[in-house]
Amino acid sequence: MSTETAEKTVEKAKSEALLSKRRKRIISDPLDDDNPITVQVLGICSALAVTAKLEPTFVMAIAVMFVIVFSNLIISVLRNAIPQRIRIIVQLGVVASLVIVVDQVLKAYLYDVSKVVGVYVGLIITNCIIMGRLEAFAMGNKPYDSILDGFGSAFGYAWVILIVAFFRELLGSGSLFNFKVFEAIGWNNFPTNGLMTSPVGAFLVIGIVIWVQRWRNGYVEHS
Amino acid sequence: MQQSNAYIIAFATGLTIVLGGLLSITAVSLKDRQQREVKLETRKQILSAVMNVEGKSKQELSEIYDKRIASITVNYDGEIIEDVVAEEVKVDKQYKLKPEDRNYPVFKFMSEADPNKLEAVIVPVYGFGLWDYIWGYVALEENLSTVKGVSFDHKAETPGLGARITDSEIQQRYQGKNIYDQSGELVAVKMLKGESNSEDKKDMNHIDGMSGATITGNGVNDMLKNYLTYYESYFKSLKGTSSMSSL
Repeated sequence: MSTETAEKTVEKAKSEALLSKRRKRIISDPLDDDNPITVQVLGICSALAVTAKLEPTFVMAIAVMFVIVFSNLIISVLRNAIPQRIRIIVQLGVVASLVIVVDQVLKAYLYDVSKVVGVYVGLIITNCIIMGRLEAFAMGNKPYDSILDGFGSAFGYAWVILIVAFFRELLGSGSLFNFKVFEAIGWNNFPTNGLMTSPVGAFLVIGIVIWVQRWRNGYVEHS
Repeated sequence: MQQSNAYIIAFATGLTIVLGGLLSITAVSLKDRQQREVKLETRKQILSAVMNVEGKSKQELSEIYDKRIASITVNYDGEIIEDVVAEEVKVDKQYKLKPEDRNYPVFKFMSEADPNKLEAVIVPVYGFGLWDYIWGYVALEENLSTVKGVSFDHKAETPGLGARITDSEIQQRYQGKNIYDQSGELVAVKMLKGESNSEDKKDMNHIDGMSGATITGNGVNDMLKNYLTYYESYFKSLKGTSSMSSL
């Protein structure tokens, strides 16, 4: 994640660059050091549920990205108008509405995909990553920063669930994006692993991903 | 000022109206397209019970449907109901009625060469899996006892487990099985418990099950048994009229 475009020169003293160092960190932190799944351990529920195949996982990642970016933007714009006492239900209302919009659009334009991910799209509402970002970031930051934060968190979520789905589909169904890779290379009786198609398999893979990442970063939870 | 009750109520009301309006606009503007997708999907599902629909566009399938499917609606006693369009019978809504009161759509798949020659009879089935409803279509050969093919779908079965009923690999297991047992009783085709059962268990009325999805499998079994039984009197009447040519 270090290969990013060269930093733009700061035009004026007062205005911050479009991708200043601080803003780059907003995007890059959730990818690694502050990953919503592996470090904050949020959104595990959906990470277990949708990751049996790559295709629904991919759609789920895009849907979550749409919801998280737009809800971050809307809440951030409204942040000074939202009454503190009902802020959670306001956030929930915005998230739920966006999720329904995604669901309806999928049903109209990507019917086959919506059949696969249908139930899980509704569950985006309960994805703690989204509520977590709204409460922790969008309520206290400007719209543009909130959008960046939304993208960062969504990518952080996406790469983990895509890795999990990659291993689960490969080992559990012997395919990738429904393409039978083992048959393609001439291995016809590849023994598929039933454990990988069940949520237990996802637990194992996520556990390994978290382990590898924390070992690499040296992150330790303090009680 | 922002914390006053009046402000909170006003804010909540405003938000509700805006979000509600937004959702209504989305739902209304996408409704036509969604309904068209559902209609094409239904046609595709019906055809997938008798032929391989992979790689064919929905438009092509729709044309094949128009050409080769002759649909009628029958009642529980197998009598044809004239004024009900089979495609408009909502099997899910009918499911809530008593079996005797339901309308039963029948889709006859005609031979490509001779539009009057029956090639297969497709009937819808509907039931309950593990989490929610499951449904599908069963196609019987013209002898009305051999399964030509099935196609299943579901609302919320677990991906990789119960949702495998939509895989062609599972559905192909039904092909060539018989819905009557040796004594001539309608038993439908049953999925066994577990996968990789020995060959002698997989007789003419049984197929291999899905490991990890026993309850979905039971749902499929019940669904097939129930619906084929509902259609039994129609099958009998159809056999009666065509017996001169086949026997």
